[in-house]
This record gives sequence, structure tokens and C-alpha cells, in this order.
Amino acid sequence: MKRIALTIVFLLAFGALRAPYEIMLQDSEKSAQFRTVVLNLTLREQIGQTSFLAALSGFRSLIAAFLWIDAHIAWEKTEWGRMAGIFGIVTTLQPHSVLYWDMSAWHMAWNASVAAAEDKNQPSELLRKRAQHQYFDLGRSFLERGILNNPDKYYLYERLGALERDKYENHAAAAAAFAKAAALPDAPPYIRRFAAYELSKVPGKEKEAYHMLREIFDLGEIQRLPTLMKSLQEMEKKLDIPQDQRIQVPAPSREKK
Amino acid sequence: MTINTTSSLPVATHRFFSLSRVWALALNTLIELTRQKVFYFLLIFALLVIGNSAFMAQFSFEEEFQMLKDVSLGAMSIFTSLIAMLATAFLLPKDIEDRTLYTILAKPVPRFEYLLGKLAGMLLLLLSSLLLMSALFITVLAIRENMVISDTLRQMQGMSQNEVTAAILKVKTSALNINLLPGIAIIFIKAALLVAMTLLISTFASSGIFTALVSIAIYFIGHLQATARDYWLGNVSITWITRVFLAIVALVFPDLQAFNLIDGVVVGTAIPLLLFIKVFGLGLLYTIIYYLFAAFIFSGKEL
Repeated sequence: MKRIALTIVFLLAFGALRAPYEIMLQDSEKSAQFRTVVLNLTLREQIGQTSFLAALSGFRSLIAAFLWIDAHIAWEKTEWGRMAGIFGIVTTLQPHSVLYWDMSAWHMAWNASVAAAEDKNQPSELLRKRAQHQYFDLGRSFLERGILNNPDKYYLYERLGALERDKYENHAAAAAAFAKAAALPDAPPYIRRFAAYELSKVPGKEKEAYHMLREIFDLGEIQRLPTLMKSLQEMEKKLDIPQDQRIQVPAPSREKK
Repeated sequence: MTINTTSSLPVATHRFFSLSRVWALALNTLIELTRQKVFYFLLIFALLVIGNSAFMAQFSFEEEFQMLKDVSLGAMSIFTSLIAMLATAFLLPKDIEDRTLYTILAKPVPRFEYLLGKLAGMLLLLLSSLLLMSALFITVLAIRENMVISDTLRQMQGMSQNEVTAAILKVKTSALNINLLPGIAIIFIKAALLVAMTLLISTFASSGIFTALVSIAIYFIGHLQATARDYWLGNVSITWITRVFLAIVALVFPDLQAFNLIDGVVVGTAIPLLLFIKVFGLGLLYTIIYYLFAAFIFSGKEL
């Protein structure tokens, strides 16, 4: 009994000694993007007590994976509302997974929105359009929250740009999102071209777009794709760029028979 | 005439500590646990990984690989934690019941060595299980990766080399990642901590079931220890009784959240080397300290 009592005293002393180290370790883990998830009571209500306990015990990714399968089943049954709810939980459990944010946004803005627009059970065109836009907004919300949690990942900005371009037709917002994506590490070169194409469609931004397109053109032959050449020539015409400063497009060669 | 009193026969000297004795005890523990068919859980793991892989083939390859990593590493973590607590909880009670403990301790084997042998045996079991599970997981992931790559190559026939290279790179970055290995090492050190902690409890517990239940309870409390510590040391207005209670929780129980890096690793977050050393070092420290406490109690225990 005396030894047990002494061990408890030792345990408390060991606890006091390790506490500062563990606090420092917690900070190091947080700055390395670990232990950043806050599991609150709202989440407990959403996933149930057992799953919440499992998530608390270090099985967050496992719970997220099972919920993702559940969302896939909901997708097969086209239960869009349920899917949105599950996506919300999955992205809360795994906020640093780019895949979950991207797929959630894609399902909402591309799949659910089309289903809402073509909903045969809704006779009102106005309400169908409204529902479609709500799904666009939901998709954008997923991407924006994903970016907040993963500000250094180019892919979510690129997806946001695509959403602004294809669904909202907001070329200024699309250009801004593509430009942010292009500035991030590992971003493929096509994103910069996308930013320039979108900017060229924004009224009043022709000069900026021209300079951006020209810069890309000057990078070399590999960047001189047909869309880039066409956009650049349009900007040259609009801005009335002197002939000697315009790009030289080689005439298409004709094969001799 | 002088008489030589020293014998020419070798005298067996007893050493205070012998690694060979610890090794013999560790191997014996491992063999005993193998006989109890502890490794059968690997069949469940294999079914889970292979079944998961087959089921996930209907998803996109990124989703499939993500799920495979989530489920496999989650299962590794669950299995190693459960084995660490449940198998260790019944080590001492079984040796007492079989009278093996008395046979061993009747020989010149110090009690701390006996416990160290048990600890080492359990660690060997966990290490071999984790290696087998990792090998299976990596094999399945590599097979699926190769299948996806050949599918991609077939589908992209006629496209430019740059596009093909980019697509293959995307498949490779979604699949096997070297960052997974430090994550698996952290699963091992967390399990080692749980073994030492359960061994400590079993030195004063009255039965194996009691040890197992207390260990599982501590496992859950340990994952909330950091929250208790934050409230204890933070500027939160709470009564002094609550503060004392939180202080006890923070000081007595281990911070198991510190070892939950796998949730980040599966989504591609890399563990910096320094952080890995710090976490692994903490796990090692817990294991050593808990073992020393266990040896201290066990050396004075009436058997």
C-alpha cells in the first residue's frame, strides 16, 4: 500500500514535470497542422455519441471514411439534402483533406444543382432556379471553408475559379481565384492562363488582361496555345496596340499536293 | 606444503541484470501469446483491407486511396491499442493462475527483469503485428496503384507525354506516401505506452478484467487529458474544486491526443522530423517511467 501511495506521488510529480513539455508539443503539433480540429457539442449531435467518442479517441479519419461511404449511398439514391449534411460532418472531421472539400463542392454545385434545375416534382421554374442557386452557393461555401482550412493548397482556389466561371459566370471572381491558385506552390502553368482568359472577359480590365496574356506569351512557345493567341489578338484589337508591338502569328502552312 | 583451496571448476556467478534472461522471458511471452491465437485478428484486418479495396473500386481513384488509407490505418490503430491493453491485462493474472510466475521467481530472476521480459514480449508482439499489417496494407495499395496507372495509360493513349506524366503523377501522389511510415511508428509507440500503463495497473489490480476495464477507461480519459489541462491552466472561471479535479486528471493521466497524428497523415500532412522525434521521445519516456513504477510496486508485492 505504501508503494502504491508513493507511486501516486511519483505520478503526480511526473505529471508536473511533463506538463510544460506537453503544452509545447501541443503547440508544435498545431503549427504542423495536427490537432487543429475542434470537436464540439454540435458535432456530437450530428454524429451521435458513439461516433463522437470514437472521433475523440483518435479515429476521426475512420469515422470520416465511413460517413463518406454513407454519402456515396445517399448519392446513388439522389438524396441531395442528406448528402449535404454528411459532407458538412466529414469536412468538420477532416478539414485538411482537399479531396473531401473538393468532392463535396462538386456534388453540390455540379450534380445537386442540375438535379434541382431539372426537378420534375417542382412545377415552378422560379423555385427550381432558386434551388439550383442554393446548391451553387453550398458548393462555393464548401470551397471557401476548404480554402480557410487549407490556404496553401492551389487546387481549392482552382476549383473555386472554375465554379465562378462555369456556374456564376462571374469572370472577375473567377480570374481572382485562378490568380490566387497560380501564385501558390505546385500550381500547374495552365491556371495562370485561365486567370488571364477570365480577366480578358471582365469589362474595364482589358489592359491588365493584355499585360498578363503578353507575359504568358513571352514565356515561350510551350505557352502559345490557340486560346491564348486568340485572346491576346482580341485584346490587341480592343486596346488598339500598335502593329509593330502585336504578336506575329505564323500563317497556317499549306501542304503541297 | 601449501594446499590450493581454489577449485578449478567454473563458478556460476549470478548477475544482477541479464539481457539473455530478459530475452528468454520476452520470447516466452511472445510464444504464449501466439499460442493464444492473438494473431488471428490479422485475418480480420486482411479481410477489412482487401474487402475495402474491392468495394472502393467503384469510387474515383482518389476517393478509393483515401478510404483505403483511412480504414487501414484506423484499423491498425484500433487493433494495436486493443491488443496492447487486453493482452497485457491478462499477462500477470495468467502467470499467477498457471503458477508459472512462482516457478520463474523461485529462480534467481529479479522481479524487475520478469516485468521487463513481459514488456519486451508484448512489444515484440505489437511490432510483428504492426509490420505484418503494414506489409499487407502497402501491398494492397501498391497493387491498386499499379492497376489505376495501367488503366490511366490505356485511357490516355494518343495524348501528349506531358498530360500522361501529369495524370500518372496525380495517381502516385494520391496513393502510397512515405509520410505514412512515421505515422505507423507513432501508432507503435502509443501502443507501447499503453502496454507499460496496463502493466503498471496489473501490478496492483485484483484481476485481469479489472485491469482491462481500468486501462480502457484511462484510454478514453487520456484522449481528453489535454482538454482538462487547458481548462486547468487556462483563464477559465471555474470553482476551485473543479480546478483541483482537472489538475489531477492532467497530472495523473497520459496525454494520448499527442499521439494522434495519423488523422493528419492520411490526408497528406507530413510529420516534421523534429516533431516526430519529440512525440516518439515522449512515448518512450512514458513507457520507461510506467515500467519503472510497475517494477517498483511489483518488487514489494506479496505473491
